[in-house]
Amino acid sequence: MRLQLSKPSEHPAVVGWPLADPLGSWQLDHLQPVAGLHRHEVRLVELDPVSYVVKELPDRLAERESRLLRELHEAGVPTVEIVGVVTDRPRGQDGLLITRFLDYSLPYRTLLAGRGLRIPSLGERLLDALTGLLVRLHLAGFFWGDCSLSNTLFRRDAGALSAFIIDLETGERHAELTDGQRLLDLSIATENVAGGLLDLQAAGRLSDEVDPWQVALAIEETYARLWLELTGTEEFHVDESFRVAQRLDRLHELGFDAEEIDLETTAGGTHLRLVPRVVEHGFHARELFELTGLRTGENQARRLLQDVQRYGVVTEQRMGAKQRPVIIADLWLSERFQPALAAIPADLVGKLEPAEIYHQILEHRWYLSEAAGTDVGLDLAVRSWIKLAEQALTAPDAAEPVSESGADDRNP
Amino acid sequence: MSTLTMVNLQKRYANGYEAVPGLDLEIKDGEFLVLVGPSGCGKSTVLRMVAGLEDISGGDLLIDGARVNDMGPQQRDIAMVFQSYALYPNMTVGDNIAFAMKLRKTPKAEIAQKVKEVAELLELDKVLDRKPGQLSGGQRQRVAMGRAIVRHPKLFLMDEPLSNLDAKLRVHTRAEIARLQRRLGVTTMYVTHDQVEAMTMGDRVAVLRRGVLMQCASPQELYERPDNLFVAQFIGSPSMNVVRGTVVSTDHGPGVQIGDQTVELGSVGAARFPGIGEMIGRDVAFGVRPEALGGDGSGRLTMQVELVEMLGSELLVHGTVNAPAVRAIDTGVEQSDKPTSMVIASMDPRRKVEVFSTVELPVDIDRVHLFDLDTGLAIGRDAAGRVTDSSSPNELDKG
Repeated sequence: MRLQLSKPSEHPAVVGWPLADPLGSWQLDHLQPVAGLHRHEVRLVELDPVSYVVKELPDRLAERESRLLRELHEAGVPTVEIVGVVTDRPRGQDGLLITRFLDYSLPYRTLLAGRGLRIPSLGERLLDALTGLLVRLHLAGFFWGDCSLSNTLFRRDAGALSAFIIDLETGERHAELTDGQRLLDLSIATENVAGGLLDLQAAGRLSDEVDPWQVALAIEETYARLWLELTGTEEFHVDESFRVAQRLDRLHELGFDAEEIDLETTAGGTHLRLVPRVVEHGFHARELFELTGLRTGENQARRLLQDVQRYGVVTEQRMGAKQRPVIIADLWLSERFQPALAAIPADLVGKLEPAEIYHQILEHRWYLSEAAGTDVGLDLAVRSWIKLAEQALTAPDAAEPVSESGADDRNP
Repeated sequence: MSTLTMVNLQKRYANGYEAVPGLDLEIKDGEFLVLVGPSGCGKSTVLRMVAGLEDISGGDLLIDGARVNDMGPQQRDIAMVFQSYALYPNMTVGDNIAFAMKLRKTPKAEIAQKVKEVAELLELDKVLDRKPGQLSGGQRQRVAMGRAIVRHPKLFLMDEPLSNLDAKLRVHTRAEIARLQRRLGVTTMYVTHDQVEAMTMGDRVAVLRRGVLMQCASPQELYERPDNLFVAQFIGSPSMNVVRGTVVSTDHGPGVQIGDQTVELGSVGAARFPGIGEMIGRDVAFGVRPEALGGDGSGRLTMQVELVEMLGSELLVHGTVNAPAVRAIDTGVEQSDKPTSMVIASMDPRRKVEVFSTVELPVDIDRVHLFDLDTGLAIGRDAAGRVTDSSSPNELDKG
């Protein structure tokens, strides 16, 4: 038997598991089945502070999926972290693929069940996140082959959602995808999303008013729009060079960055043709990380950067001179972000990412200030948010502290 | 009723790599054709070109005689079976089979009719109202098949569909697919690297190497009359024994000298290899399958026994002979540097064979194969238009 373990010092518990035994026979504390029908045996091992998903599948497939997930991670596409692979198990048993359960993530069934698509924004955000993920995957040359809601986990991202791939068993990597590969993948995604929503409806956990067919088919339109914006060739008059900046702004607004652009003069010399070479998603997240060292979702970063910028005005007034962005960011971190997070009780911190909590506090501050007709300040907003979040947690149907920006039907 | 025709079908990548130099292949209406070959032989590339997932660099792809090179995957009316077979636990078996048709706005009456047909075909008609959780593993697998076949497309394409199943389910599903395909009669192209899968499932099997078609024939024809050394060694398990020998003349007709012994081919060999009399002194690759050694036969081959494996239905005897092994490699034919090679004989399990003993095995001359050492092509098989000589060194690469 062979165990390939990444970062062994971070995952010491794995070595103690009964890796030579069939997964279905494991007797471990904190071992949970994973809901739903699976092609393979799957278990969740819930430890503190890390939880793991263990899947039993043939050696070749375990190694292949592990490699693909690693490559995805290296390509900057959001996915789960590979912890280890076990092969050559005794008695000819299949191998094991061990991944780290994605912290702060939620499955679509939790996000949509009972309410989601009755509140248009959450359903749309969920599907936008899934479509955005598929586009990013395709830009990086990956064919998924089984894009579905159940093969994805979602994280709150400042009012939006970020989608993460958790299963890539049918995936393939190519230098570049052909249109045929992309369209087939999209068609599989559409069918799978319709199936996922119909299944929720059949279980009585999704409003009957929702039309799964219509919702699923909308993915194809969203995908086509996004793909065109990211890769489409644009032609304009030589006097309209400002359109280059406009295109880049639009790409940044979508969270993507262009490594380079090709500008060619057309045959008559009167027009320019622009072809962007889009490389990565996470334009704002990278900027925030460079300024503060915080790792966040793209929308969280966008929101936090606005707050950093706003804090620049405060520091300019206080210090009598405009400060460099890196100084402003450092002051913001030590005087605003960290104190606000330090005030949050530990049981609430574990439920949401720090950046998401901070975003929700900012949002809450905005609502309070609007109601009061004046800026209530950050300290009061923090105290008020804590109070509401604690109430939400003790409510009978409590699940997660949630955003109040219309994405959900409950306050924090 | 659909045919699939490839005329000089080519695939070249931007970096200049020629994955498929030019493939001519026709799949007849209702036929189950298996494309088989080692990893990297281009079989999946061919399937992807047919599916519309890879751009075609040259040649023509015809479905029912109509050129489809520039059509998208959806327009070709092809089903990629098992591309995804998620089942939804809260939906009935019927809904699991039907929902993709609903998505594509198929009329309700048509959906109902097709689901009924497919359910009967797959013996799921009694469980249409059950949930997948109430089914056995095999039944779930059939529901997944039902999702793929309910559309009744012109073509089924299957790319290693069994590779993620465990061994037991793989054997079961293999039989299910073959049975189902014959009942449905839908033209099918199936890609696999597993020659056992290929031989047990296909009406015909097309063997590819480096994008070149090495032979396309029925499983039996491939096994018994391989056109070349590559096919001879790729098909069959254990693989065909192939060692270097020299054509010689004996008192009883032609023979092949293998190291310090001669296998006499006699009149059977003379008929089997027309023109062998003119090949005296020429080095060849001598091939014989394990089951043609140690049974009936007029030839004799002596070997030193190294290992005996009792498999119940047969006895596999591994021994050495004093001649170098010959094998087909990606670029042609390779002869081993070692002066001896291992040979396997499949014998009657009731026979007693001692390890380290020397045994003389009968050789069934009618099942002996000779191959050209340079080209790998089969030598002088018969006069029916098949290979009779093979001295042109590039012959193999013409496919």
